[in-house]
Amino acid sequence: MTLRIGNGAGFLGDWIDAPRRLVESSRLEYLTLEYLAELTLSILARVREKDPSRGYAADFLDVLASLTPALLSQPQLRIVTNAGGMNSAACAAAAGKVLADAGLGNVAIGVVSGDDLLGRLDKFQQSGHDFAHFDSGEPLSSLGKPIVSANAYLGARPIVEALAGGARIVITGRVADASLAVGPAMHEFGWRWNDWPRLAQASVAGHLIECGAQVTGGYSNTWRDLDLASVGYPIAELESDGGLTITKADGSGGRVDRRTVCEQLVYEIGDPRHYLTPDVDVDFTTVEVEKTAPNRVSVRGATGQAPPDTLKVSIAYRDGFMASGQLLVVGRDAVERARACAAIVFARLRAAGVELEATNVECLGAGDGVPGVSAANEDAPEVMLRIAVRDSRREAVERFAREIAPLITSGPAGLAGYAAGRPEVRPVFAYWPSRVARDATPTQVEVKPAGDWANSGSVRRI
Amino acid sequence: MSSKAKNSIRLGDIAHARSGDKGNHANIGVVANSAADYAVLASRLTVERVAAFFAPLGVSRVERFELPRIAALNFMLYDALAGGASRSLRIDTQGKLLGTAMLELELDD
Repeated sequence: MTLRIGNGAGFLGDWIDAPRRLVESSRLEYLTLEYLAELTLSILARVREKDPSRGYAADFLDVLASLTPALLSQPQLRIVTNAGGMNSAACAAAAGKVLADAGLGNVAIGVVSGDDLLGRLDKFQQSGHDFAHFDSGEPLSSLGKPIVSANAYLGARPIVEALAGGARIVITGRVADASLAVGPAMHEFGWRWNDWPRLAQASVAGHLIECGAQVTGGYSNTWRDLDLASVGYPIAELESDGGLTITKADGSGGRVDRRTVCEQLVYEIGDPRHYLTPDVDVDFTTVEVEKTAPNRVSVRGATGQAPPDTLKVSIAYRDGFMASGQLLVVGRDAVERARACAAIVFARLRAAGVELEATNVECLGAGDGVPGVSAANEDAPEVMLRIAVRDSRREAVERFAREIAPLITSGPAGLAGYAAGRPEVRPVFAYWPSRVARDATPTQVEVKPAGDWANSGSVRRI
Repeated sequence: MSSKAKNSIRLGDIAHARSGDKGNHANIGVVANSAADYAVLASRLTVERVAAFFAPLGVSRVERFELPRIAALNFMLYDALAGGASRSLRIDTQGKLLGTAMLELELDD
């Protein structure tokens, strides 16, 4: 049996039509949708703060609505997604309504929870979990800033539990990205949880497809002949012996070859000998990659060992405010003119008694995209001036936001772009990576029909 | 940045690269176009050379990992992102440009 797992989303904000195009052009057993980058949960935590019925990846509801014809016509198709974000139950309630409205009220939705540690942080700390920072080793108690979210990365086990419980749609909060694919593989193949080579292969599959089109031609420097407008999102074909092929739908744009697969294999990894997930500690250095046919690449040889007995935890805390403003600057002395504009902004702020804690000025088009590294072009005929500031005081950042537009009439000539409006002041969520003991973080799984979830919408689960 | 020597090779002519973020750190995966090109990478694309190239970003430390079976090197650039995805004031908060920028690195003997 070949298990075909496609991934239709690599982050919250990814191409909204990709999942529908994927299931319409390929027969899949599973569609995964990955929405949670490192800091997405802190943003969703704020959304939930303002409205207890939200705090999940709302894009998923639009995607799900677009998938209802496929769910009706393809009985084998299941969906596994971390769209639940900070509020999986509310996500399931809203998704249940989408399904019920489409005549799919009997479809079972499984919700995985247990990743959200925010309400339990004090208890954890009292019982000796110090949530030491990954890099600095400092205990969380030394932080002294308001914590917005704290989520453990769960593994594939609760996903398997939900699938075994009959769920056709599985909604989770934070799980390791690769586990979204490992769960279906474990459920379908019934591998043992210490079958490290197969768990490693399934984890490599999940890692390769988790960023969507990045393995099918997206984010590539050989972009020219790839027809990215119709890029096909990736499909991992897994065999019961752990065999793995990465491919995409026939007729779709993009490309799957050794280049695209190898680039994604090394994307956002640290030590390739230890790609850690809650399911397995994978060694990428034993992986071999070979093109077997057009847009088909075989990936084999991943090895693994038992994962650590801790889970990664992402903690986000409030750390002041920031804003950035941009203006286009044109003229034969554009770079000099742009830097003068920034100097005017800061001089006016100083005169108003505002000294900002952190500022950055970029002349985009003159080599400041990778400052000091990219070739500088001081003679650029036009540059985008971008000024960004950060400060612990909201009012200081708001004062800055008022200083961009006046440059149009009271700065040098050759400026445009004021119509974009005043820069938005937004809170900064800083990142505190840590770990927690696996056996201290039990998970819960609840499976019931979409129609029942839809009727539970007004209840907020803590 | 190194000046162009006679036997210098532009990284982008023998390899491709992709970068991303891990908190305030960045990683850059560099994949050689061929086995012969990987040999050049392995000997010339040293930690010292990469650290010098990205020094203007305030990188505190560079670590190199080898994946010879896929002809690739992985570089960890610690503290490269001026605060990372949420705090950085740069336009490239997540180090997405670093891989493309690195292709301009000139590799002398």
